[in-house]
Amino acid sequence: MAKGRFSNFITKEFKHIFRDTRTLLIVLVMPVLQLLIFGFVISSEIKNANYAVLDYTNDYNTKKLVQRISSSGYFNFKGYLKSENEINEVFKNGDAKLVLIIGNNFTQKLQNENFANYQVVTDASDPNTASILASYAQGIVNSFTAEYFGSSQQKERVNVQSRMLYNEEMNSAFMFVPGTMVLILMLVTAMMTSISITREKEMGTMEILLVSPLKPWQIVVGKVIPYIGIAFTNVLVIILMGYTVFHLPLRGNFLLLMGVSSLFIVLALSLGILISTLSNSQAVAMFMSMFALMLPTILLSGFIFPIENMPKILQWLSLIMPPRWFLSALKTIMIKGQGLQYVISEVLVMLTMTTVFIALSIKKFKVRLE
Amino acid sequence: MTNAIEVENLVKRFGSFIAVNHLTFSVGKGEIFGLLGANGAGKTTTIRMLCGLLSPTSGKISVAGYDAYTQPEQIRASIGYMSQKFSLYSDLTVWENIRFFGGIYGLWGKELRIRALELVEEFKMHDFKDTKVESLPVGWRQRISLAVSLVHKPPIIFLDEPTSGVDPVGRRMFWETIHQISSMGTTVLVTTHYMDEAEYCHTVLVMVDGRIEAQGAPAQLKSTHGVESMNDLFLLLSRNGKLNIE
Repeated sequence: MAKGRFSNFITKEFKHIFRDTRTLLIVLVMPVLQLLIFGFVISSEIKNANYAVLDYTNDYNTKKLVQRISSSGYFNFKGYLKSENEINEVFKNGDAKLVLIIGNNFTQKLQNENFANYQVVTDASDPNTASILASYAQGIVNSFTAEYFGSSQQKERVNVQSRMLYNEEMNSAFMFVPGTMVLILMLVTAMMTSISITREKEMGTMEILLVSPLKPWQIVVGKVIPYIGIAFTNVLVIILMGYTVFHLPLRGNFLLLMGVSSLFIVLALSLGILISTLSNSQAVAMFMSMFALMLPTILLSGFIFPIENMPKILQWLSLIMPPRWFLSALKTIMIKGQGLQYVISEVLVMLTMTTVFIALSIKKFKVRLE
Repeated sequence: MTNAIEVENLVKRFGSFIAVNHLTFSVGKGEIFGLLGANGAGKTTTIRMLCGLLSPTSGKISVAGYDAYTQPEQIRASIGYMSQKFSLYSDLTVWENIRFFGGIYGLWGKELRIRALELVEEFKMHDFKDTKVESLPVGWRQRISLAVSLVHKPPIIFLDEPTSGVDPVGRRMFWETIHQISSMGTTVLVTTHYMDEAEYCHTVLVMVDGRIEAQGAPAQLKSTHGVESMNDLFLLLSRNGKLNIE
């Protein structure tokens, strides 16, 4: 009999979801769109940035250097400047993002003093782009000078070679696919469950359910089960799209990945339930989810902004953000291909958080019932 | 036979505010019992305590022979409740609503189907059985809420202001249905602030500020207070009742 009640409840819940176009869009279409948008918008590599050159040496060698930069694919040569005064102008007009200044007697100094006399000036109104461009340009100049010495066989230079482990091609999918997954799971599970539970309160149907022989936990579990199903579908779709569209390899154990994901789904659900016990209307639940879940997920989880660069206070704050731990575990498993022992602390933290949220919800839910 | 509902010295306080002040009454089986009073008189608080949605501060409650403190589960299984708020799923059809609520009361399969068909028959809902509730007029939605509260054939139903927002014709129809239900042996406890509806009840209890001001059959109350209608009686009791009684 209890089984009949339950399946009945779940069928009803699915009907709510599938009959409301907006809900359906949020839970099934938006994840795909979000992944695609993030995928094509957030790209850490820059191609064809305009640059100009102020060349005080202007000999065969420096021309070769400019040619090298122009043919790298990262830069697009806009022309030579005549004086330093023009630098500001090209930045202000937006004609160039970077200016390479080649000092006096570049070739001579390189030969005699082992010193590459150049300077890179960037338009740092967009600091990220500026620093990436500067490092690209320096990299090209460095390899150019190294080659110069290499061919003349004069001196052994210190040559630093950097390797980007786990993401040799600097594929930005490594960053946004796990990040989007966290964002979407938060949205679908925490926000949608909190809204769907408060909707029953707002509509007055919750009272009817509470008067019925159903136990409160049965009501809550019945309401969240469909969202668990949808959340899993989303996880699979995102991993699949990451693999096919964005070439993100899945290096770790698939079962471990699913295990950690389900832990996070339960964690997000318990948060959603907690929010629903604190709010009496859908609008409030939505608002709380936005501010308590969405913003921290985007800002403090390490999804977009590196936690290491944050002020200490925000770093501590990020410790209590559930998405931070999931994101870290996700990256370790998906990208580094590590096993359970490397994500054990993340798993333990998430387990503890889940327990706390569930305990709080039970306490709150009882208070509501008196 | 015991009464369907027994209430003794029921009190509910919210902080220093006494919402329900020493209520004592009983409702016989198959009776239509009206709980009357202005907004804020304590009707809804009382009905919520009887249904187990709110715990009393003190006092005794027994519903269908079960004690509210020790046997809340048994009470839940033997009551139907229709709340003040509209309380059906508006994105589900009439048929789906009936089946869903039947389901949570443990009906299923053939039994549930038969009972749902019975209700459709009884409440003449054939024409819009498969219509979504949101597109029906208020009067009909209230009738469907009533039908839904009867899905598990409870011996007692609680109706909290079931006719608020319904036009006079709709209210008339609604009360006819209540009489029909009562004539089949179901006990009905109904709250209302439409005094004309009090005439339809077997027994009424008038609440003012959480206290009982009058209790008895409508005809008897009118004659003892020397008034023409229940409306007059109510105005008398709530405005300057104390002066006249003493």
